[in-house]
Amino acid sequence: MEHDKEIILKHRKDPSRLLDIIRDVQARSGRVSAEAVAEIARQLKLSEADVRGVVTFYHFFSLSPRGAAVVYLNDAVTARMKGRAAVARAFEEEAGCRFGEVSPDGLIGLFPTSCIGMNDQEPSAIVNGVVFTSLTPDKARDIVRGLRAGRSAQDLVTACGDGANQSDLVRAMVSNNIRRRGPVLFGAFESGSAVRKAVSMKPEQVIDEVKKAGLLGRGGAGFPTGLKWDFCRKEKADRHYVVCNADEGEPGTFKDRVILTELPRLVFEGMAVAGYAVGAREGILYLRAEYSYLMPYLESVLEALRGERVLGKKIAGSADFDFDIAIKSGAGAYICGEESALIESAEGKRGEPRDRPPFPVSVGYLNQPTTVNNVETLATAAQILVHGAAWFTAMGTPKSAGTKLLSISGDCASPGVYEVEYGLTVQDLLNMAGAPQAKAVQVGGPSGTCLAKPGFQRKICFSDLSTGGSVIIFGPDRDILEIVGDFMDFFVEESCGWCTPCRAGNVLLKKKLEKIVNGRGDEQDLKDLEAWGKLVKTMSRCGLGQTSPNPILTTLQNFRELYEAKIRKGADFVPDFDLKDAIQDGCSAAHRQPECKESLHD
Amino acid sequence: MTEIHFTIDGKECHAKPGQTIAEAAKANGVYIPVLCHYEGLKPVGSCRICTVRVAGRFMAACTQPVAEGMAVENTAPDLEDMRKALIEMLFVEGNHMCPTCEKSGNCELQALAYRYRIMVPRFPYLFPVRKMDASSPRIMLDRNRCIQCLRCVRAVRARDGRKIFAAEGRTRRVAIDADRDLAAKLGEDEARRAMDICPVGAILKKETGFAVPIGKRKFDKKPIGSDIEEGTAR
Repeated sequence: MEHDKEIILKHRKDPSRLLDIIRDVQARSGRVSAEAVAEIARQLKLSEADVRGVVTFYHFFSLSPRGAAVVYLNDAVTARMKGRAAVARAFEEEAGCRFGEVSPDGLIGLFPTSCIGMNDQEPSAIVNGVVFTSLTPDKARDIVRGLRAGRSAQDLVTACGDGANQSDLVRAMVSNNIRRRGPVLFGAFESGSAVRKAVSMKPEQVIDEVKKAGLLGRGGAGFPTGLKWDFCRKEKADRHYVVCNADEGEPGTFKDRVILTELPRLVFEGMAVAGYAVGAREGILYLRAEYSYLMPYLESVLEALRGERVLGKKIAGSADFDFDIAIKSGAGAYICGEESALIESAEGKRGEPRDRPPFPVSVGYLNQPTTVNNVETLATAAQILVHGAAWFTAMGTPKSAGTKLLSISGDCASPGVYEVEYGLTVQDLLNMAGAPQAKAVQVGGPSGTCLAKPGFQRKICFSDLSTGGSVIIFGPDRDILEIVGDFMDFFVEESCGWCTPCRAGNVLLKKKLEKIVNGRGDEQDLKDLEAWGKLVKTMSRCGLGQTSPNPILTTLQNFRELYEAKIRKGADFVPDFDLKDAIQDGCSAAHRQPECKESLHD
Repeated sequence: MTEIHFTIDGKECHAKPGQTIAEAAKANGVYIPVLCHYEGLKPVGSCRICTVRVAGRFMAACTQPVAEGMAVENTAPDLEDMRKALIEMLFVEGNHMCPTCEKSGNCELQALAYRYRIMVPRFPYLFPVRKMDASSPRIMLDRNRCIQCLRCVRAVRARDGRKIFAAEGRTRRVAIDADRDLAAKLGEDEARRAMDICPVGAILKKETGFAVPIGKRKFDKKPIGSDIEEGTAR
């Protein structure tokens, strides 16, 4: 109780820091108790229902105890492909509880979680904030034994990954897996040079240079960055904000993890450049909770940049440009990668998207004009300033200038990040990553496209396959329809629940898919599946529901034969239950043998 | 202020700057079905039933401001069918029991189902297990009938501005939660208003029931939206 009060005071009873308060309470007590909810509500002058609403929105917060040590085992498709089931069993046996439960002694909690950005080193888990990668059943048992013996999760990290993962402030077993260094992100960069260049120009000139470079948003949506900055700059307001979206949650993407680990200065300078362009003095890095192991390290980089006058007051030799950056952390919600949901979350609320218009460039963080840009976009913008638009447009294709950092994972010899020029074909990627046997490639994550062999000639660029960078490769033995089902589960679990089509529609799509996969579908079911998918895409409020039927719709298009093989051709109607099974319990209670035909149309 | 000219299904309409498509349509005697929207509250676009099409793009009429020259499609058959599907979704994702519901005849979901001539939903029923909360002295919260319109969240506040109702959880499990202490302090009139503002029977006032008999209620007389179409809406 006293601790809760201290935490609330530390955050100055500020409702916009509600997430920070809840995070600290959760970390200290393993849950947010009814007493803590009451205390937070009282001090922040909110209703208890309001506070509970925020706690229950985020995956890593809980009203009930989660255990002294909490294991969040990644539940992504790639994790399953790399042996997650055996690892999960080992955790359960050693902990003495099932996933979703806390062990009887209260020491170990086991919970599944959506993709944590470690697709290149699965199975992976987050234990008390510490990341464990390339897990095996033996390693899982060792972790539980170590925790039971009172060791900290950090103590159990035996070897660190490469690069800055070895830094004293990170000490993570995460590997960067940088497979291909391109000229933009991994090109030479002198710290401070981008900001110095920016302040030597007029803000309008900075925006013009980015426009001339044709830089399009790297998060997946591909909105022109220069135009976004221009809109934001032209809004009259007391303050403007730059928000860096470091909440990459699309299953299969992990490139921002690598950028933040190895190139944080480039990102922070990109934010300062954006700040100068739009007239902002404050920037916020919204870091997904799964990457909070990078927090102390990123804070130290910010501190160093302040020392070098790249951040702070009158920076980089300018007469009057002040700019500083604060890091805010998420708490486990895919939807917070959507820019307006991210802003809501950064303001300490439930991460529910806003209605647009107004767009964040006019009404954003704390209702001020805000430019929200992806990590990679900002890093790229910094390099554009240093090297000029012409240097940038010489790379890639005419309509997709520059390079893209791809996260490649799944059935391939060399999973990891690849910085490639736009215009490469999917087949080129498969050759690079070592996947000659690929049967299917998921480009852009579940919300993107599932390609079959004929699609491997398509190109990675904004006019063909526009992507945030997630590329998941499936080998010849993978069950594509099972993967589609897993992807739909993901969207069902990550829908914020605000609008009808996304909240209910994804559940109904998954049920229909199951009916077909279970061999109980007919031709009408396939038609329904397609129509309902279009319905959810058309009527949903934000990008989540507008893309969530894609796993079904793109496989209906590219792998239709798999569906056709599952349905009962020529049947007028197939019920989604088996009559015999359905009456089995009743019959055995009455000591009778069910006597009926298996399905109604036989 | 300059007037905005736009059309709905070809009909010439006028709007004031800042008006949403739904507001302007109503003012022009055109009915666009709404459910989560409630006049005077900030629109949230949660039910999506007011979705219209403008230049091939779909948008919620309750949140989208009218712009000069807009050609709004409101009654295209494909659009109307998708709206109908959303109403059906709301029926199957909850547990609705019209024949015994105190709101029957005054329920906007039920009225929309009649207007859209829904006989049986195209979707399978999901039969969710949802908790009821009757702990408050004046109101009963039955989440079985809740459609997450967030009207109560927006409209019902304590005197100091704190929210009495809030959304809890997310995904299909999102549920309206009442603040126990604040809900206990609701007065007679406030409880009545909470029930009236709820489009369905999720918030019911205790102690009185069926004061107006079924058959003599608002939508028993005329379909929802007729007042707008007849120009008799307030």
